[in-house]
Amino acid sequence: MKRRDFVGLSGLAAGALFVPSIPAFAGNLIDPARLLEPGVDTAMKKRLADAGLNAAKSAGATYADVRIGRSLNQNVFTREKQVQGISSTESYGVGVRVIANGTWGFASTNSVTEAGIAKAAQLAVQIAKANAKVQKEQVKLAPVKGHGEVAWKTPIQQNGFEVPIKDKVDLLLSVNAKALDMGASFVNSTIQQVNEQKYFASTDGSYIDQDIHRIYPSFGVTAIDRASGKFRTRQALSAPVGMGYEYLTPKAADKIAGPAGSDVIGYRNSYDMLEDVAIATKQVKQKLTAKSVTPGKYDLVLDPHHLGLTIHESVGHPLELDRVLGYEANYAGTSFATLEWRAKNLPYGSKLVNIVADKLQPGSLGAVGYDDEGVKTKQWDLIKEGTLVDYQKTRDQAHMVGQNESDGCSYSQSWQDVQFQRMPNVSLQPGKSKLSVDELVRNVDKGIYIAGNGSFSIDQQRYNFQFGGQVFYAIEKGKITEMLEDVAYQANTQDFWNSCSAICDQSDYRLFGAFNDGKGQPSQSSAVSHGSATTRFNGVNVINTARKIG
Amino acid sequence: MAILSQTEAQDILKKVLSFSTADECEATLNGTIGGNVRSARNTISTAGAVDNVSLAVQSRFGKRSGVATCNEFDEATLRRCVQRAEEIAKLAPESPEYVPLMGPQKYLSSPASFAKRTADITPDYRAQQIGASMALCDAKKLSSAAFFNDSNSFIAKRNSKGLEAYQQLTNLDFTITVRTPDGLGSGYAIANYTDLAKFDAARLTRVAAEKAASSVKAKAIEPGKYTVILEPAAAVEMLSNMMRSMDSRNADEGRSFLSKKGGGNKKGEKMFDERVTIYSDPTHPEVPDLTFAGDGRPQQKVTWIEKGVVKNLYTSQFWAQKSNSPDIPPPSGWIMEGGTQSTADLIKGTAKGILVTRLWYIRAVDPQTLLYTGLTRDGTFYIENGQIKFPVKNFRFNESPVIMLNNLEAVGKAVRLGGNLVPPLKIRDFTFTSLSDAV
Repeated sequence: MKRRDFVGLSGLAAGALFVPSIPAFAGNLIDPARLLEPGVDTAMKKRLADAGLNAAKSAGATYADVRIGRSLNQNVFTREKQVQGISSTESYGVGVRVIANGTWGFASTNSVTEAGIAKAAQLAVQIAKANAKVQKEQVKLAPVKGHGEVAWKTPIQQNGFEVPIKDKVDLLLSVNAKALDMGASFVNSTIQQVNEQKYFASTDGSYIDQDIHRIYPSFGVTAIDRASGKFRTRQALSAPVGMGYEYLTPKAADKIAGPAGSDVIGYRNSYDMLEDVAIATKQVKQKLTAKSVTPGKYDLVLDPHHLGLTIHESVGHPLELDRVLGYEANYAGTSFATLEWRAKNLPYGSKLVNIVADKLQPGSLGAVGYDDEGVKTKQWDLIKEGTLVDYQKTRDQAHMVGQNESDGCSYSQSWQDVQFQRMPNVSLQPGKSKLSVDELVRNVDKGIYIAGNGSFSIDQQRYNFQFGGQVFYAIEKGKITEMLEDVAYQANTQDFWNSCSAICDQSDYRLFGAFNDGKGQPSQSSAVSHGSATTRFNGVNVINTARKIG
Repeated sequence: MAILSQTEAQDILKKVLSFSTADECEATLNGTIGGNVRSARNTISTAGAVDNVSLAVQSRFGKRSGVATCNEFDEATLRRCVQRAEEIAKLAPESPEYVPLMGPQKYLSSPASFAKRTADITPDYRAQQIGASMALCDAKKLSSAAFFNDSNSFIAKRNSKGLEAYQQLTNLDFTITVRTPDGLGSGYAIANYTDLAKFDAARLTRVAAEKAASSVKAKAIEPGKYTVILEPAAAVEMLSNMMRSMDSRNADEGRSFLSKKGGGNKKGEKMFDERVTIYSDPTHPEVPDLTFAGDGRPQQKVTWIEKGVVKNLYTSQFWAQKSNSPDIPPPSGWIMEGGTQSTADLIKGTAKGILVTRLWYIRAVDPQTLLYTGLTRDGTFYIENGQIKFPVKNFRFNESPVIMLNNLEAVGKAVRLGGNLVPPLKIRDFTFTSLSDAV
């Protein structure tokens, strides 16, 4: 059947034209109770993995890795006063990747037996040897020392799968009730949960058992003015996170107010869904009558829930080394930030801009102990005081930029898909001097404060982008004055980051998350976080997006 | 065992239904065999294969329903799968949008949806095609990145009310991006077929290579409103986005470009230029498709827009009953009636304009007006006096397909893309809002 891209990349997908409103998830539907059943024990996994590694070596592989994956998902969807769907799924199988004759080969199977895995390993070697005949670049891996038998687990406090479905449904229906009581025309709400149980073994001598959790509560509120036919929506300001169900227990200390006069509240390590939906409902009604923006140059003050996506698109993607080198030219595109561009030492951003990559940050979507080719994870600089200093690399890419160490950026969305270079968490460091959001706004003469992420689009080399948002407020002479509508800003990546003139301090820092970032052919999805504090950019071009039809 | 015959599939489904103790039960089998190969920098990067068949069982007790799936087909596994669906159904809340399963249906026949030549594609064939394409680029000192993906699949359905369906389909997609070594030129070509017989990797590679070579040293011209010729690869996603928004429930609820002031929808209203006619037909020889929807409803020939007038909206079964409107499922592909002119003919008839090969990263800006933003990519050229004069830098656009289809100057001959038939379109006053340095 035709394949559907998850999210993220556009272009011409061969996917079915009409897709269901509820996303489909890979895996078999199961009884929710099975989500809590333990998988196969590690001794058995080691035996199974060794069968694959030995079969690959016997068939002629010079390197092999085996990933035994069990992916568990649960999703609850509601609209207004009803449950739209509840699904609990499990996907279980093995992927074997090999190098033979200097060429990659990959095969997967849902037959998780020594014989099944050995057969997949042999097929992977056969594919590698077939491809080697037309291969021009030999695979060269950065060295990795075997880690022996090790384990890593997302540090969650409460496994969301242990929470009864009824409690989740009750929470979502109370969120919906709050919106409807306050005058929303429609409301949808969801809780999505993921548990990736990954076992990795390689011919380097690593046997790595990992248990990774993610959760994403969200909603969308719609207000309609029947007389004028106008409608507006406001999406949740939650972030998908690498946490357990504790994310849904709100704590006062995790709430961060936006600038005075904005009504916006941001959330850090816990989320108050009922509070956010009440604010959203008030705001979505205001959006129906808000002033349409006058296009022109404005100083933008961007909240972290908005800026996270801008960081993702204009820094995270252009610094993926596979794009830089041309491996994604036919789909996601390449990058302006080539090795030649870097050699010119041009400023990526202003001196205030320090951007780090990491796979460690607690609560982030990208945090793991080891990547999907057995590399221990770390933190490293991408942009230091405005200058590009490094990229995101996997083992087979490091030598292409004269390095001999992977950054631990290998990821596969499941056992069925081959691992390749994916974005780590990429975050803008907060300002070093004390600066609150109100203090930042106080210095803006003519600006717009934007919270939440909306429409987003960027070219295939990551120069020109356009972003919308969820709510927009005019800033005049240092004060928020009124809500605006029909706002989108367009900029060039380098101009934009060089116009960065102020960043709030650590007390305003929080994570935004991209739950389904798409890349590759066939497309794979990954999840990644982006941290920042509220940040100011000077003189950015704002357009008015209002149009009239029929 | 990925591809089961109609008899083999229905035998399994009959057995599944015989295990059911629910009020209603529906079983669906899906199977796919396929493969892909990917290249970049004129060398193969990855290759993969898929071989999978799965069963989904939906059991219903009153208005409660549950679904379970499995991918083994021995009697014990099938029995467990049915039991699991029934257990989940008993725990589920009642659905206020419950609609009973349908009885026997009469489906159209679309034998062209399967082509043996496509089903017989081997890994060697894929490697040969990509290899030959890379060799052409090597000879021209150009760099190519390509993706070849093919599948042979079937779907079979049966329920306790007597509904029975089966169909086999093949599909082949090829895309290629060719770039000049200095990174200043880029070209693209795309093809999508049911039958391998129509596929010609060399022709597509030459198209992409020619565009790459001729797009070097693009000039910057001011953004603004221009007459554009959108090649089918540029038009298809804007039109698909509009077709995807033709849901009657959203329109009736007041949150669609098809919602009417004061309530109701715009069915019957003229919203587009009278040369716009869009329909779907699962038996069309160029774009044969499934003759039944996922929920078992028959896919018929449906006219969505006729001479600029909105004729039909698609709907769920529940909403069709509630709103007393025609019960029409969403189609999987669409056909826009075209003329006889090729893209080259449209260029010849253009005094001043921009030729757009492809649009990229298209995202909704305002669902009220179907405003989308995105960028041109892989070959954008200035036209003057009926000729391509020079390549131009890529633009960002902000435009609505509804406005586009009102500003229609000409419609060319439709070609197949992404399971649709898409003509090249000549459109006046297309809105470019900024320039991009991307190549």
